This record gives sequence, structure tokens and C-alpha cells, in this order.
Amino acid sequence: MGYTPHILVVGGGATGTGVARDLAMRGFEVTLVERGKLTDGATGRMDGLLHSGARYANTDPAAARECLAERRTLEAIAAHCVVDTGGLFVSLEGDDEEYFERTRAGCEDVGMDARVLSGEEVEDLEPSLTPEVDRAFRVPDATVDPFRLTVATARSARNYGATVETHTPVTDLLVENDAVAGVEVAPRDGTGTRELDADYVVNAAGAWAGDLAGMAGLDVPVGLSKAGMVVVSESPTDRVVSRCCSQQGGNTIVPYAGRCILGTTGDDVDDPDVETQAQHDVDRLVDGLAAVAPELGNQRPIRAYCGVQPYHNPQQPDARTDTGGATGSFSLIDHEERDDTWGLTTVVGGTVTTHRLVAEAVADHVCAKFGIDRACLTATEPLPGSEREADTEDKMEQFGLASAVVEAGRDRLGSRASEVLETSEPNPVLCDCENVTRTEVRDALDDETAARTDLDEVRIRTRAGMGTCQGGRCCHALASELYPTEPIEAIDGALDDLCEARWSGQRHVLWGEQLAQAMRNYNRHARALNRGREHLDLDLSAFDSGPEWDEDDLNPRGGGFRP
Amino acid sequence: MSDADVVVVGGGLAGRTAALAAARRDASASVSLVADGNGDFRRESACIDVLGYAPDGDGPLSNPFAALADLPAAHPYRIVGTETVRAGLSLFDDVVGDSYGGASTDRNAVVPTAFGSVRSVARYPTGMQAGLASERRETTLVGFEFLPEFDAPTAAERLERAVSYRVDGITVQFPTDDRERIEMAEALDDNPITPDADPAREALAATVRMYQSGEERIGLPPVLGLREHDAVRAQFEEAFGVPVFEVPAGAPHVPGIRLGRTLEAALDEAGVDVLPDTRVEGVDANDGHVERLHRQDGETVTGSQFVLATGGLERGGIVADRPTVTEPLFGCHVAAPSDRGDWADRAPLGEHPFARFGVSVDEHLRPLGPNEGPEYANLRAAGHVLGGFDPVAEHSGGGVAVATGYAAGRGAVEDW
Repeated sequence: MGYTPHILVVGGGATGTGVARDLAMRGFEVTLVERGKLTDGATGRMDGLLHSGARYANTDPAAARECLAERRTLEAIAAHCVVDTGGLFVSLEGDDEEYFERTRAGCEDVGMDARVLSGEEVEDLEPSLTPEVDRAFRVPDATVDPFRLTVATARSARNYGATVETHTPVTDLLVENDAVAGVEVAPRDGTGTRELDADYVVNAAGAWAGDLAGMAGLDVPVGLSKAGMVVVSESPTDRVVSRCCSQQGGNTIVPYAGRCILGTTGDDVDDPDVETQAQHDVDRLVDGLAAVAPELGNQRPIRAYCGVQPYHNPQQPDARTDTGGATGSFSLIDHEERDDTWGLTTVVGGTVTTHRLVAEAVADHVCAKFGIDRACLTATEPLPGSEREADTEDKMEQFGLASAVVEAGRDRLGSRASEVLETSEPNPVLCDCENVTRTEVRDALDDETAARTDLDEVRIRTRAGMGTCQGGRCCHALASELYPTEPIEAIDGALDDLCEARWSGQRHVLWGEQLAQAMRNYNRHARALNRGREHLDLDLSAFDSGPEWDEDDLNPRGGGFRP
Repeated sequence: MSDADVVVVGGGLAGRTAALAAARRDASASVSLVADGNGDFRRESACIDVLGYAPDGDGPLSNPFAALADLPAAHPYRIVGTETVRAGLSLFDDVVGDSYGGASTDRNAVVPTAFGSVRSVARYPTGMQAGLASERRETTLVGFEFLPEFDAPTAAERLERAVSYRVDGITVQFPTDDRERIEMAEALDDNPITPDADPAREALAATVRMYQSGEERIGLPPVLGLREHDAVRAQFEEAFGVPVFEVPAGAPHVPGIRLGRTLEAALDEAGVDVLPDTRVEGVDANDGHVERLHRQDGETVTGSQFVLATGGLERGGIVADRPTVTEPLFGCHVAAPSDRGDWADRAPLGEHPFARFGVSVDEHLRPLGPNEGPEYANLRAAGHVLGGFDPVAEHSGGGVAVATGYAAGRGAVEDW
């Protein structure tokens, strides 16, 4: 390239970071801006399922094949973010046999080994499933950590020269002579607004894509679907288990980081910022999936959450819709072609599973706009952390950490494990539930894409605070890591924000052992630590200050300050 | 089969107080204490808070007794009466002797927390006495690298803002490889030779001395020995030349274990038959009277009077399942909002309705059924299994355990 076009990507989800990485690898100058932290939208609020494509093999075989290929690609380039659990589609007595057979045949047609397994064979594979499972077949489903994946993708983009600015909301699209010439942002340092010039802007704002396009007077109708999920403390199954029946939603158990996620309920909503999970949705998920794996009825839900997934209104003309099929579809809207406004393309839809392919299509499109022919490299180059096997095996003793702690760190950090865990300083475990050490927390805080006073940044990078106590035991220790870089007021603010965020997800699963945990957390924080009440310049004279001190002899063995 | 005049179920503070109150009231009565688990008190905060905050949130209160009369009529303190609260505390004071302070005044003392805030308590272990925040003395807090829950530098900054005298915080390395609080306490008891060739206490003292800067007292994590607590603390005071105190931190509580051992010795002395590691799996009742308990080993415990002291939600004495809240052992009625959405406040540290879940009782502390009559004529309840109060928001958990344990134990033996 004679000159290097500057591409500005809006949105720090899987798609936005994927586009930034792809374009940076192809040699563009890239800036990504994200209004909050990476993964804040639908990406960070998905169910952890890396789709095999089996769910739409019957309705859209081409999409299913593509999805399966992407699932394999991600397993190769993001090994430390993916667990190859495998999956089972199961049918219970009384479920629609014809639907099961149709789905199964579709999977076979796209090349999956979808041989019918008998109830006995299923029992051997997943003994905790209900005996009412009368047939099943295997699908190559897997699980993915969307946080780790997105953070690693952003890290890769930065390694290729991209600038990633989180906590930087776009306040306006700059339009000159019917062309988008950049964006106005409010940077995180609070210095007001700043203009960022760009040769081209990619709108990957997900559920907020319509709002962003609206800033240039462009109409992008984005439909919003709220997906609800419940996290359970232990997984009854090793594989992703999906009940294969015509009733949509609430059918899947996704084993995930030692726990499982029950998903998903779906409702259309108007507001992309909706965060609450309805109580009846929680009950529906738990009761519905306990019919598949009865143990779930006695296990401990620790959290409920929901994500808002955007989809492009299919009635919208002039959009190029690639990769059909319900889950995999996405729309690429070139606003020059549609609105005679140069310099902006909007991408809506796609999933974490297909994000790389979507990003490749967007990057191809941007290349074409500039008449540049560069091959996409993202399908073969591993992400940071997945370049090689983690090399911690022989180093455990050297780290001075328990083996479970090193293993947890290795799972999260992949080939970065040694670099992060190795230290000559004391390295205590700060989060006992998830085995997160101080060096891992500091590595997260040192990530330049993380805002230092947002402890949720630590959570998405380390899983600290995501265990059964939901931060009850560790949140204040995490906050102390901000000291002395940050003033105590900022530390306490960050702590309050983390507790608030952790609490909002627990409120709808408060029964049984999780309510007992909530009572213990309440007792610890509001009584033993007495957090959350202002005690400034107390009048201490009204209180008991114990027996008189002997001023001449403070040593109590000879003195008299103790009775 | 064992047979007792008074059977107390639950080995926490309320249950042990009930058993002691019963045995001391009438030495001829046989008293059994059935305790699930090892009853080692590691989850029991060692400070006894009677009332730190008024129902409207006013506080920390300097005189809890003056505020008891203003509590709602259904509050356990109102049910047993202020004099019984005092009598319960007197029993506690008598049992713990000089291992506790605070008995000489009605006023609350202010202790620093591991977070650097303060809380007001009526009784505190002597090992915390030198640290009372209400005494204006320049203070250094010392934390340990492997106890991140007590971060001394941030706690010191917060404490200094609350008390407006100088508070410093430093973090040092504990001299042995121990990582858990109980192990650290045992290491200071045993005082083994460390890799640096000094015994553990000397090694720790030498490290802390390097940071001393004219403070008038030094606060350490609550791990200063289990058996040898007084000797460990005395040795550090000798080494530093200033008083030393423990900063109370969350579970496992070493000071709680010490209190548990003190109470255990008192139960033994009072002739209480303690059945540890005994889970009760069933209850036989006849004509509104509890007759016997079935243990997990198939044995039974019969009794004339029973005290329910199994704890609240946090211990399983109260169980909340979708959609109902129950007292699982005797099946006593527990009132709770039918909509689960009303169980918790929206703010993480708001006043949570679930903290008030528990049995309602009559003036004799007998759990009431849904129709307001007692569930059983010979069953009383004490401690956190009681409803109608918020041990957390009020900072009243310790005092309610002691006062209602005392009242239930005495009532049981008087009715026998």
C-alpha cells in the first residue's frame, strides 16, 4: 500500500475486535473504540457454547458447514479459549420423534457422525441424564470463553499495531460532504470530547449499531432479542447436552469452567441496555433442564444473567446477508451503496462462533473499498496464549503455588502462563473459588485495554469473583490491588461497583445454598467488615475505650492498662 | 439411647449459652447438647455485639441498652426484656472471665475491622483491647502477605479517616510457610525454628521491629496463637515495647475458636453432656410435645424440654427453597414473602428481608405455628433461628444469641 488507510472500528465485542485484528494483520492502521470494556455487549453475555452448526443443519446446511468449519478454526487458533467437550442431542420419551429424526438427518448430511445412540449408550456417556432419554446422537459442539477470546483477539490486534481504546464512547459520527470522516469520542480520561479522523468507519456496535448509525442520520433497524441464562455451581454432564425438541429455548446445558450454564430463554426487547433477568425465566430454565438432568434440581444456581443479541431486520432492503440460518446470519450494510454516504459499513448479527468469519467478510469489504488485495491471515495465526502448549508442567514447584492453582492459571493463560505466574514476590491466591493469584490479577490490571479502576476488567480476564461466593470472600482483596496507584476513594468506588455487578446477577437465584451464601456475604461485609457505612470523624469520647493506660509503662506485663 | 431433662440442639453461641444457663440454674437437671459438626466456632466472630445500629440506621450506638426499648415489639430483645439481656451477658462474662473486656460499662467499645472501618461491640476479647479505636493512640497495622483479606495499608487509610489520628499500615511476610490462619496460629503456639534459624515468634518480631516508627500500639492479624495466645501476645509486646492487639477478620476466626474452647471447658465443668458430630435426622412428637430426637447413627435422645438453636440461613437452621422457607428440623412455621423477588434488597448491602427469616416465638420463646399457638409446649428457640431481627444490619447477632440462649436455657430448666 502506498499510503495506509486509517480504519476506525466501533465496538469491542467479538466482531469488533475480530475486524480490528483482521485489518491490522492486513496492514491497515486501525483504531478500535469501545464505550465500556471489551465484551460488554452480547459477547460477554452468551452461554459459552461454541456451535457445531448442528442446530441448523436441517434448515440451512451451508450455514451449518460454515459454522462447523469456524468452530474447528477457533479450536486451532484459540486453543486456550476452547474446550472440546463434544455434544449430545437427546430426545426424551414423548418428544417429537419426527423433529429429532429430521435434525439428525440434517447433521448426517453435513458430515457429522450422527448415528442414533440408544438409551443405554447415552447412559454410559452421560450417566446423570434422566432415564427418560430414549435416543440421542453426538454433535461436535464445544465450549468457548468469550472473555478470554475477545481479550486475546484485542491483544493480537494491538500486537499488529492497532490502537484499542476502551471506555471511550462515540458521541458523534463526523460527516463531511456525504462521507463519514471519523468519530467524536469522549475519552476515558474525562477530558471532554475529541475527534478521531478516519478514512473508513466500521460500525460493529452490536445491539447499539442502530444508535450509532443514527448519529449520521442513517436508519439501521436492529431487532433485539434478550437471551436469559443461569449459571449452576457444578455441571451434571461433561458434554454440551441439548434437548432436541421443537420447543425453542431453554434446552441446553453447557459445561463451563467446572460449572454449567443453562440456556437460553429468548424474548424480543426494545432496550439494548436491559439487564434484568425475570424470575420465571430462571425457574423455567432450572425446572426445564432438571427434566433432562435431574441432579440440576438439587444443585446450586449461583447466578442468572441475560444478553441482548442484535439481529438485522430482514425486511431491510439493500443489505448483503451472508451465512444464512437463524444463528449464523449477519448483515453487512454498505452505507455508500444504500444511503450514498461514503465511509461507513455497518455489520449486525453473527455469533461468537462465527465472529472470525464475519470479521473476514467485513475486512474483505473494506479492502475492496480501497482497491487493496490482501489475504486474510486470521484463520491460521494463533491468538496470544494459544501459540504453543503451556509450559508450566515442570515449573509448578518453582512458582510456589498449589497444583490446582497452576492448572487453573494454565487453563486461562495458555502459553502466557509462565510469563504471568512466575515471580520472586509473594503470590497469594486472591480468589479461592477460581484459584486466581495476585500476579494474574496484576497482569489483568496492567492490560492497556483495561480501565484500572474497573474491577470487572479483572473478572473478565481472570474469572476472579465468578465462583460460588460471587466475590463475597475476595472482592475487597481484589480492590486492594489498586493500592497505592489509586486513591482510597477510587478503590472503594471500584469495590462498590464490583459488588453491585456481582449482586445483580445473584438476586434471582437466591434460594437454598446460594441464599445461605448471600447471608454469609451480607454478614461478612455489613457486619464483620462493616463496609458500606460512612464513619468519618466519629465522636469517640462517647464509647468505651477500655481500662486506663499506664502512661509510664506501656508494657502490659508490668503496666496497668489491662484489668 | 440417652435421656435428659433439657436437650439443646445446636452447638453455636446460642446453644452453648442455653446449655450453660440450664445447667447452672439447676445443678440437678441433666442437660444434653447435641451439636452437628465439630462445633469449633471457626465461623463465630469472637466479638459480642448487642446493638450497633438503631432500626432507623442511626449509629454506631454508644449505649445499646438505652436503645433496646425502642425496638419493635417482636424483636427478640423485647420478648426477653432488657434485664434478661443483662443477665445473659453476665453469664457470658462469668464464663469468659478475664479473657474478655467490656463488662464494666454499658457503653459499646469501637473495634477496628480488617477493612479499616469500625464496629461497635459490647464485649471483645482481651487480645483486641489494646486496639480499641475509641482510645486515641497512634497505631500501626501489620498485615501478612498471604492473608490478603486483611490488607493493612488500605485498612490503615480508611481507619485514619474514621478516627482522625495517625494510623499506618504495612505488610510483612509471615516467617513460616503456613498460609491458613489456623496453621499460622498453631505455628506461633509451637514456635518452630524457621528457615532463617530464628524461632517463628522472634523472626516475626524482628521483621515488624524494622518498621516501627514511634506508634503507640501495633495491630496484627488474628492469628496470635490458639493455646498460647496470652504468651504469644506478651512476647510481641515485650519485643515491640508497645501494646499489641489482634484485628478481627472474617472466617475462619481464630479468636472464635478460642471462645469455643472456653465455652467447651465451661460446659464440661457444668456437667453438660455434649454430643459432638451428632446430626439430628428426625423428631418424634406426641400431643404437641416433643418426645425424642433421632440421631444419624440410629440412636435416640429423649428429653423433657428442648431448645432449638440450629442457627439461621447461614447455618442451615433455616432453609429457603423455592417457594417456601422452612425450619427443617421440627418443621416450625416460618413466615416469608411468597414472592421470591421480595426476599432480597436491590442493593448488595441494603437491608435484606432474608436476614430476618426465622421462627416467630411467644413470650417463652416457644416457636409459634401459623395460627399463633405454640408449635410444641416444650420447645424453645434461641439465636439466629429466631426471626424478627436483622443480626447484620443491627449488629446484634452476638447479643441476641447470648440473651435468647440464656432465656431459653433457663426457661427450659424452670419448666422441667
